[in-house]
Amino acid sequence: MAPPTPSPDAPGVKFQAFLAEGSFSLQVCDGCGTQIFFPRTLCPSCGSRALTWKKASGEGTVYSTTTVRQKPERGGDYNVSIVELAEGARMMSRVEGVEPAAVTIGMAVTAVIATDDAGPLVVFRPAEGGGA
Amino acid sequence: MSASDLRCKAAFVGAGLAGMGLAPGYTHLDILGEAVAAALEDAGIDKSEVDGLFTANMDNILPTLVVGEYLGIRPKVALGTNTGGNSFVDHALWAAMALEQGLCNVAVICYGSVARTGGSAAPDQPPYEMRYRPREPISSYAFAAARHMHEYGTTREDLASVAVSARKWAAKNPLAFARDPLSVEDVLASRMISDPLSLLDCCLVTDGAGAVVMVRADRARDARQSPVYLLGCATAQTHRQISQMPDLTVTPAAESGPRAFQMAGLKPADVDVLQLYDAFTINVLLFLEDLGFCKKGEAGALVAGGAIAPGGDLPVNTNGGGLACVHPGMYGIFTLVEGITQLRGAGGERQVEGAEVALCHGNGGLLSCQTTALLGAASVL
Ligand SMILES: [Zn+2]
Repeated sequence: MAPPTPSPDAPGVKFQAFLAEGSFSLQVCDGCGTQIFFPRTLCPSCGSRALTWKKASGEGTVYSTTTVRQKPERGGDYNVSIVELAEGARMMSRVEGVEPAAVTIGMAVTAVIATDDAGPLVVFRPAEGGGA
Repeated sequence: MSASDLRCKAAFVGAGLAGMGLAPGYTHLDILGEAVAAALEDAGIDKSEVDGLFTANMDNILPTLVVGEYLGIRPKVALGTNTGGNSFVDHALWAAMALEQGLCNVAVICYGSVARTGGSAAPDQPPYEMRYRPREPISSYAFAAARHMHEYGTTREDLASVAVSARKWAAKNPLAFARDPLSVEDVLASRMISDPLSLLDCCLVTDGAGAVVMVRADRARDARQSPVYLLGCATAQTHRQISQMPDLTVTPAAESGPRAFQMAGLKPADVDVLQLYDAFTINVLLFLEDLGFCKKGEAGALVAGGAIAPGGDLPVNTNGGGLACVHPGMYGIFTLVEGITQLRGAGGERQVEGAEVALCHGNGGLLSCQTTALLGAASVL
């Protein structure tokens, strides 16, 4: 028997569907205005279930960062960062387009949608003229 | 009612270790069994009397059933809460409650793992983070260390001095796994794993098992060993995934610590010896600050000055800790065993003279969940 079709309204399904359309969108709480990451069925701040999907500005700042060291033959070193979005949510991601060691705390970054084996994925690049 | 009602109502009367370092061929249950047997022998209590079982591990989804079956214990009270490595320190509070309410009479808290020789299954990974391939758990602690360096000017040398101190204590502990001398330069020169944490900023991966036995205070007075009382204990949590931690430089220890001190009616200056879960060097800095032993941002200078090493004013991780003694994945039980050992005056070459109050602090997840316990010798009652 085929597994049931995932509901398009399930938070994780919806998040990925937006990304597949080229839109980085997150839930914003109708009750308290909190921007929510990761997608959920209730607001982690006030508990409201009234959440509206809104396109994120994509503007953010590097809150912390690390270079994961890896041998060149396995792909070399790569960046992993925690980015604080302008609207408030924090998410793990990576900053691309610069050497891993050049990514610094406080750096202004902009979201772009990349792709990995599991589908579309939010990554960041140094913001245009953002002091990178 | 308040948490203080539980102060000194229960005591540790037995402690045991087994399979420390390497236990090739043994299962995690084998060495757990040895540790429980050693703790019961230490307490002079027969296994048939054990009716409270508190355990967690990374190998079994149903830990109290698996461990109860192996030990041949059919407990009246069993609790397998798993919040990571702090779990066993947290279990002490629930054991004290169960004992005080008469739900059980003899409680055993136990853990075993053969992570070094037997390997262990990877736990479930946070779906929204794993796609960015952080090298967990190291990268999460690296984020905290990077942020602490950014905000407070903490240096890699400061972090390294935590590992150096741990080795100095380990040199005095015959059961410790890594006892060779270590310098700050050695730590700085070790292979970088996830900036700014290098190999020697990270805990060991060893085998090891530990167990402790608790009874009500009235029974503890007649115990074979000097009883060690539970004065205070509190747990706090803030997140599971590191990106959801509210502030990378402030752990839930900032909440568990004050609650535990309040329950015990004590303050940081009353503590003689500290066992702080040191999965990584940064942990010790964060916990010293969050637990009130120095101001936020000042722990780097404190540890670089030798305060936590042998001979310092603030003896931390007298067994060598997770960095130099033992770390099979969930270290919390070993903070209790070493705290009990110190308060019995049984620490041998590493004994802190006149230690009457020990702070045992467990860390779980990715700085996610913290338990602070305050233990006292009979002399502080
Ligand atoms: Zn809300």
